[in-house]
Amino acid sequence: MDVSVVRAGMQTTVQDLGRRGHLAEGVPAGGAADPFALRVANLLVGNAEDLPALEVTLIGPELEFAEAAWIAVCGARFENVPAWRPVRVEAGGRIRFGKRLQGCRAYLSIAGGFDVEPVMGGRGTLLSAGIGGFQGRALRDLDVLRSVRSERNLSGHWSIDERVLPHYSPEPTVRVIPGAHAEEFGEALYTGRFGVCARSNRMGIRLEGPRLARAGSGDLVSTAVAPGTIQVPPDGNPIVLMVDAQTLGGYPRVGHVASVDFPLLAQLAPGDGVRFSRTTVGEAHALARALEHRIALLHQGLSEKVRSR
Amino acid sequence: MKLEPLGDSAVLATLEAGNGGASLARVLSFAEAVVAAKRPGITDVVPAYGTVAAFYDPSRFTKALGDAYGEVCRFLESCAGRPGAAGPAPAGRLLEVPVCYGGIHGPDLERVAELCKVSAGEAASLHAGAEYLVHAIGFTPGFPYLGGLPEALRAPRRDTPRAHVPAGSVAIGGSQTGVYPVDSPGGWQIIGRTPMALFRPAETPAALLRPGDRVRFRAISPQDFSSWT
Repeated sequence: MDVSVVRAGMQTTVQDLGRRGHLAEGVPAGGAADPFALRVANLLVGNAEDLPALEVTLIGPELEFAEAAWIAVCGARFENVPAWRPVRVEAGGRIRFGKRLQGCRAYLSIAGGFDVEPVMGGRGTLLSAGIGGFQGRALRDLDVLRSVRSERNLSGHWSIDERVLPHYSPEPTVRVIPGAHAEEFGEALYTGRFGVCARSNRMGIRLEGPRLARAGSGDLVSTAVAPGTIQVPPDGNPIVLMVDAQTLGGYPRVGHVASVDFPLLAQLAPGDGVRFSRTTVGEAHALARALEHRIALLHQGLSEKVRSR
Repeated sequence: MKLEPLGDSAVLATLEAGNGGASLARVLSFAEAVVAAKRPGITDVVPAYGTVAAFYDPSRFTKALGDAYGEVCRFLESCAGRPGAAGPAPAGRLLEVPVCYGGIHGPDLERVAELCKVSAGEAASLHAGAEYLVHAIGFTPGFPYLGGLPEALRAPRRDTPRAHVPAGSVAIGGSQTGVYPVDSPGGWQIIGRTPMALFRPAETPAALLRPGDRVRFRAISPQDFSSWT
């Protein structure tokens, strides 16, 4: 089934839950910056949770559907687009993302999933290498995507309980596991508000706030870094690495954001602000388990509403 | 071995050694032991400069509920003690990489030569005359960090990084040299360009080079560069 891109929006890419096993080759995991929203968007239309969907950034697209389809949009909220529920689009119908209301990235799933070839074990777009997704790039006006045909009966007119959602906010507090060089930076990371710079992207969120001055000195050797790693370059403005970040880094590591809070990072738009609080690896794992439990319950509840035929 | 959390899904192991950190051979041998153990839930093993990072899926380490991190640490320690872990790493291959030095392909060659007080031709010969060791792969897909740059060619990174460095660019950054496998921003001094693809996503592995490999550069003409297939 064809989905025509009438207007592409600012940066609309095909994403899934990322690739594993290629970090040693310098290839980041990538995938949805907000994996929670992508997973739920898939579940809402009866898909397996890791199918490729569209990641919409700040300015959404306008899409035309050649045939009737079930879709769902989760994550950032936009005018004209109902969020966190399945939506029936009729043949020839259009979805036009209006003004952004909250958040940065929305995920549009379609029953059956978008039909793109896997590259290096993932169907997501890695913009820095020009691979995966739709021709290795962000969508452009007049592109035509294909979705895998699927016939499903969904019962409409309901949406998921918002209490299961992460605490999305333009001013969130995210939890941080202190990094190897945490002590060299004292309390500064945990005491102020950090503003999100416009130069932020899928590789990293650039922050400006209290300067993080390092007590130690000297160059560090490059080591592996991970999504969530908070690096501090010499200018003292921290960078939170995101899903498409480089695999090695040589800046001091003041901390690492807990995975459970990646959705909150992914929804930060330029001008938003973030605060940090301390956590531990054990607590981060417990939070991740609790999130998985919530998703499992959601999945169970949804499977009663979604029937394949 | 010092272990530290790299967030909640990775552990960074720093191998103990004398001055200058653990040898590349030891790092690769340990990384190989971790990979060879095929422990379910370990998704990636990333060696670099005296360290090896093991990425894991916490939900696969639930034997001791609440201590996935400890379980991964114990697993890594067991790999270090495994016979063969301290043994020789697989011998690296020697690869020849053709480079067209200077001109439009190496816009910083003149500047590097000036900084190093040699002619551009001498700088190119020095670069092509040495044998390099791949210490790590990262930064961008397939990017090799190469050690072994002649001291006479050391040149600081550019004050302002370029927003766009074309794929294949061969560059010098401090005491290291490297090749940009994909178009990317970059702050190193670009002295030439290779027509050879160092990142080939359709192949396995996609990165042409691996840590431990050795590299020699061979100077080619602009005509050779253009006609390379």
